[in-house]
Amino acid sequence: MLPDRSRIPQLPLKHRMIKGISYVDMSTSAVERPVIRGAAEARRRRAVGLGALVAVLVAGVVASLAVGARALSPAEVWHGLFAAPDSDQRLTEIRLIVQTVRVPRTVLAVVAGIALGVGGALIQGYTRNPIADTGLLGVNSGASFAVVTVIAVFGPTSPFQYVWFAFLGAGAAGVVVFGLSSIGRGAGNPLTLALAGQGVTVFLAAMTMAIALSDLKALDALRFWNAGSVAGVGFDVIGPVGAFVAVGVLLALTTLPSLNLLNLGDDVARGLGVNIALSRTVGIVAITLLAGAATAACGPIAFLGLMVAHVARYLTGPDYRWLVPYAGLLGAVVLLVCDIVGRLVVRPGELDAGVVVALLGAPFFAALVWRGKFRSA
Amino acid sequence: MNGTDVKRPVVPGVRLGSMSFVWRPWLVSVTVLLAGATFLVFCVSIGVGDFPIGVPRVVATIFGHGEQVDEFVIMDLRMPRALAGLLVGLALGVSGALTQSIARNPLASPDILGITGGAGVVAVFLVTASGGAAAAVVSTVGLSAAALAGGLGAGLLVYFLAWRRGIDGFRLILIGISVTAVTEALTTWLLATADIRDVARAQAWLVGSLDNRSWDEVRVVFWCSLVLLAVVTAAAFQFRPLHLGDEVAAGLGVRFSRVRAVLLLCAVLLAAAAVSAAGPVPFVALVAPQVAMRLARHPTPPLVASGLVGALLLLGADLVARAALPITLPVGVVTAAIGGPFLVYLLVRSNLRQ
Repeated sequence: MLPDRSRIPQLPLKHRMIKGISYVDMSTSAVERPVIRGAAEARRRRAVGLGALVAVLVAGVVASLAVGARALSPAEVWHGLFAAPDSDQRLTEIRLIVQTVRVPRTVLAVVAGIALGVGGALIQGYTRNPIADTGLLGVNSGASFAVVTVIAVFGPTSPFQYVWFAFLGAGAAGVVVFGLSSIGRGAGNPLTLALAGQGVTVFLAAMTMAIALSDLKALDALRFWNAGSVAGVGFDVIGPVGAFVAVGVLLALTTLPSLNLLNLGDDVARGLGVNIALSRTVGIVAITLLAGAATAACGPIAFLGLMVAHVARYLTGPDYRWLVPYAGLLGAVVLLVCDIVGRLVVRPGELDAGVVVALLGAPFFAALVWRGKFRSA
Repeated sequence: MNGTDVKRPVVPGVRLGSMSFVWRPWLVSVTVLLAGATFLVFCVSIGVGDFPIGVPRVVATIFGHGEQVDEFVIMDLRMPRALAGLLVGLALGVSGALTQSIARNPLASPDILGITGGAGVVAVFLVTASGGAAAAVVSTVGLSAAALAGGLGAGLLVYFLAWRRGIDGFRLILIGISVTAVTEALTTWLLATADIRDVARAQAWLVGSLDNRSWDEVRVVFWCSLVLLAVVTAAAFQFRPLHLGDEVAAGLGVRFSRVRAVLLLCAVLLAAAAVSAAGPVPFVALVAPQVAMRLARHPTPPLVASGLVGALLLLGADLVARAALPITLPVGVVTAAIGGPFLVYLLVRSNLRQ
């Protein structure tokens, strides 16, 4: 007689047995996935933070339009931006100030800040080195070298004329570094990339110095170039620079998921289906575009990219899909605020934004480091 | 392969009483070769000049068997410069190897520990300031000494800011980068607001130079380096396990916190001694350990070989700058122009081999 089936304790369907070991069959049943309660909450918090950063940036833009050698009220700013030309001399003057001075430098500060922030976060990801800065791939020294060479060869020119040479120099240096680091089997290996960048930087800096020491005019241009400023550049430069930065940011955003995996190590990333060579190439092209365009327009602004990358990592955690947008917005906010501060501290003169970034940002950053806020990339 | 076959270690160990070390013939031969090359370049560097002297006569004079004319030219005129190059290179190379090992970061170097930046900002301030106080400082203590004080101040500031229950490599380099960023911004600002003729002088100082060294300056760097290198040598046996991480090092009996603190302090002071003798020669400390690692095929920066590569680089660059170039350039520029490409060449070569 068959045993009464109803007497055998019935396992729930989803439990199957293999050699006496019960397991949960994930394929057939709707097993409840463990819900990580923190994850949704963290996502919400990060999104709110991103929104807050955008709000701060907008406030910064308004302040940047209003503050300066001649302080303007919000109404005057509004008028200067949108009013039709009329004969009132005071209003014409305001329009002139807002449209030809304040708007270009504000736009450039935002664009360059985003570029350097995103670039800084990416370079730290791709070299896996927490002290990598946007200048690591030879971009800054390439640009400086180009500026000095142009002045030594063609004589002193206005800054607007050597912007494009600077961009060419930055790009060429980036290409050379990437090319050298991908020869043979190294293929963009983080250590090779960082050291090749250092080697090329060292060489270009030496050449720059050799020219500058033998040509007083080149030295004169170099010292102002080195300060790094967002002022005095027109839309004829900002337009193309903005386009390059936009392309760079788009490329950067496409590589973020694979960058996350690359940071688990090359073997894991390859196993999970990442095309490592492609991802690295796209990433390095993006870094070169971003850092090169920003450096060409402003001069070398050191430390910004490094600093905001660490602060962004502290705020968001290691997920580059959040880290990079945070770093970009933080970069824009920091550069904008530093530019505004630079207009105010040594009136009637101005302190260059690059100098203010280091003087204000570095102590703040050091305090955060001292309190143990940062972890290695 | 049968079960009893035990794989022999690739590199044999040697034990002498209570000391033991790994016998690495390649490392030893590279180090010996480097030492020989350094001595040769040192002698050639002394021999080259308006009154050329052959290497055998230089060697004889150094060991006290020279003629009187040679003795005057070599010991009084040329020796300070050559010795300064040798010691500065040695100090920077060892300092760089220590920094990179302790920070476990190939991009770290004493250049980012504040010494270079602090010295630079003080020197540029003194050169560009027009006030009487700056001139008084320069005339009483000298530019080099004042700059050295600035460098030491910044270096120790970094060191103590990074100190929190011991020294941590990561915190140290981030603090160092912050302090360096501030000093560099100040330097840039000073240069941008100064008179252009002062800028040229300040820039020349910032690059680092071996011109017009006297015995007085060399004596300081000589004794400082000697004492510091002795301390480093004494701690070197505790140093190797640090590469394996704190836990392993502690398990092997290394008091890692203390060793690390002492060695880093040595690195800072060695770099400061180098700055006092030649100004802030850039890049040697960064490039020398990486080159030495690759020449010696050693997984971590070897101390002795790094120092020798630094000395060889600086002496060689000085020789090239004096004898081979049509224009006079400070040694710092030539060092970087040679060191950077050589590092890239070594990287590419090792990538092609793999």
